[in-house]
Amino acid sequence: MTLTLGHFLSLGAMLFALSVVGIFLNRRNLIVLLMAIELMLLAVNTNFVAFSYYLHDMHGQIFVFFILTVAAAESAIGLAILVLLFRNKSSIRVDELNSLKG
Amino acid sequence: MSVTTGLFYVFSAVMLFAAFRVITARNPVHAALFLVLTFFQASMLWMLLKAEFLSITLVLVYVGAVMVLFLFVVMMMDINVEDMRAGFWKHFPLAAVMGVVIALEMAAVLMGGFRAMENPQIPALASADAVQLSNTKELGKLLFTRYLYPLEVAAAILLVAMIAAIALTLRARKDSKYVSPGDQVRVRARDRMTVVKMAATQMAVEPAPVVPQAETKA
Repeated sequence: MTLTLGHFLSLGAMLFALSVVGIFLNRRNLIVLLMAIELMLLAVNTNFVAFSYYLHDMHGQIFVFFILTVAAAESAIGLAILVLLFRNKSSIRVDELNSLKG
Repeated sequence: MSVTTGLFYVFSAVMLFAAFRVITARNPVHAALFLVLTFFQASMLWMLLKAEFLSITLVLVYVGAVMVLFLFVVMMMDINVEDMRAGFWKHFPLAAVMGVVIALEMAAVLMGGFRAMENPQIPALASADAVQLSNTKELGKLLFTRYLYPLEVAAAILLVAMIAAIALTLRARKDSKYVSPGDQVRVRARDRMTVVKMAATQMAVEPAPVVPQAETKA
């Protein structure tokens, strides 16, 4: 029994489903929400790498490279906003982020 | 069952367990550490797929930089863990339904669509008859020829992210003497010197000798 593309795609799907569940479960905790987004990106990247391997096409890996770059930038800015939020509100509850709500 | 298949199952099992613990951990520090474990397993899986450069990049960039940043931030703030857990079980049924729906839908698509892919007959697209280079070399050749412009855009994005993160969290000292660079650049000669119109100085008038008025009236 050898590994097929289906194996890797199923793994990516399970990881993605887990991270969606995580977003629903940790609605209040902004930092775990950020981690769940990282998990989602990891699932997507795993799919890209698997396709790249099974179709013998390097462009998938190039795409993963750029996704990694953007994800690193996103998490850096997200954490900066988180620090700013904690400094102003002394809490990171998502449901306290309603200052602009009329 | 070959060694690779066995390794795949081991890595995937550990990875899914770690991902599950990330979303259910009580303490955010534990969640971050389990996320590190997840990234390690993912990088091992990518290694199985012969994507060595990306798998090492994942360890270096994610485990070495992003996750350390996460840990710093988590440890810097004192988070009320119990307060964060409130509503965890309230949202659980909805979350479970969503997860099952997503998993079933993806399984339907994957099982139907990729049964044919068991033995991919697709002709190699990019480099079938090219000389077998190492993964890193091949990636580098593509990255610095066809994808040079996107690469520079990615570099600019990283720079913007760095400046944005610094600008967001910068806290200036309140007692430092500070001139806004924008004001300094925009200044004109007229603003630097203000001419104040004043009456010319005159000789001070000698105060008149006080004449006792009361005596003259009388």
